[in-house]
Amino acid sequence: MKIEFEHIQAAHCENGVTVSLLKNIGVQKITEPLAFGIGSGLFFTYIPLLKVNKGPAFAFRTMPGLIFKRTCRALDITVRRKRFHRKEKAQAYLEDCLQAGHAVGCQVGVYFLPYFPKEYRFHFNAHNLIVYGKDQGRYLVSDPIMEHPTTLSDLELERVRFARGVLSPRGQLYYPVANGPITDELIRKGIRRGIKRNIGDMLHIPGPIAGVSGIRYTGRRIKKWRDSLGLKQAGLYLAQLVRMQEEIGTGGGGFRYIYAAFLQEAFAYYPDDVLMEISSSFTRSGDLWRTAAVQAAGIYKGRLGSQADFDQMGDYLLEIAELERQCFTSLSKIKWTV
Amino acid sequence: MKKEEVPQDPGSLGKVTKELCYATDDTGKYTTELSQGWEVKMGALDVAWQDIAERVAAAKEKVMRRQASPLLYFMELKLMDVAVLAGYTGFWKWQVRRHLRPAVFSKLSERKLRRYAEIFEVSISDLNSVSGHEDRV
Repeated sequence: MKIEFEHIQAAHCENGVTVSLLKNIGVQKITEPLAFGIGSGLFFTYIPLLKVNKGPAFAFRTMPGLIFKRTCRALDITVRRKRFHRKEKAQAYLEDCLQAGHAVGCQVGVYFLPYFPKEYRFHFNAHNLIVYGKDQGRYLVSDPIMEHPTTLSDLELERVRFARGVLSPRGQLYYPVANGPITDELIRKGIRRGIKRNIGDMLHIPGPIAGVSGIRYTGRRIKKWRDSLGLKQAGLYLAQLVRMQEEIGTGGGGFRYIYAAFLQEAFAYYPDDVLMEISSSFTRSGDLWRTAAVQAAGIYKGRLGSQADFDQMGDYLLEIAELERQCFTSLSKIKWTV
Repeated sequence: MKKEEVPQDPGSLGKVTKELCYATDDTGKYTTELSQGWEVKMGALDVAWQDIAERVAAAKEKVMRRQASPLLYFMELKLMDVAVLAGYTGFWKWQVRRHLRPAVFSKLSERKLRRYAEIFEVSISDLNSVSGHEDRV
């Protein structure tokens, strides 16, 4: 069995799955940046006490799963979602979906994903891919970060669907069902709501660790890392920050470039010049994140290491925090007319 | 980032797939460009793997000195912690922690050992040796 399906490569797995699944049910207008923006994907948080792969937890995006959920809700699309206790049932349900002609998104862990290069296989459980058929006993898989579709055997798929650890997927699969035509009006509403929610996430979450204040907090902490952690540990922490910011799935610059692209596309629905200006500010923010990454690389590769270098690193983040605060403040001042 | 500035440094991911980046064209409009990889983030990945190698070596040392059972070595080798290992094997976390003690480990039944061996992708007899597994990860 095989469903007509067009593989789309995307920067980020969840956006990619969202776009592909929606295209598959006939929603053509949603691009990756639009899905990211309508789902209010942009975020920052640093949780010092939570450890991921033995380093501190940073995130440049919202919780996994939210982008898909919010985008679908904004477009009045119902999401069927299911988790399983038993592996046999999970597989049977998947085959039923394929028989019924639904391509389905699956949450998987990447550690046992055979087509991933070994260097990228960590116990990370919030990856998403699409299964769109079965041919000669192998599942046809469209993984949005890969250039081409691939295949997985029964056992391989079962293993990644039942990966264990933090955010374990429990065989979770999901697919959208359209309720009515997707009008420009719906998309326009979605954009407005997405931006407003993102303003709240970045500016108004209380406490120091989330949003713009999270970036500022991280910047101030970094300046102390040389003394409090020692050069080696500080290097490890900075490497973790850079990986969360730049690794596959971010589109570069910790998702800031995707958000800038989203604002440009939003301009087509809301012709307000402010959107274009803010878009270029986000491009600058992405560039700054990358400059900071170069500085961090100097530290973890051992080229830099003085307190002045750590101060410089922290100052980059303070500068970014200020820039993004201005961006979201001017977004919040937009008078939404249409 | 301008389209021409998208880094194209050869890296490990580049052998398997190229990744999509968002960048601006001459007119400032956003478009996408495929990237081979970026030296800066490859450095970050190297640092992470170096750290893992060091932890594996330390675990090996501990097992040799009989301060921990070989499970510790395999756990580090597979990048797991007690919670992940407990998840995959179906043991409770306190059981896994107990099995990390050499005296307890040596008395484990074959059935329990098999659960570990399956997850670590080795045979039961291999579970007792801590050398020669590094390059098979």
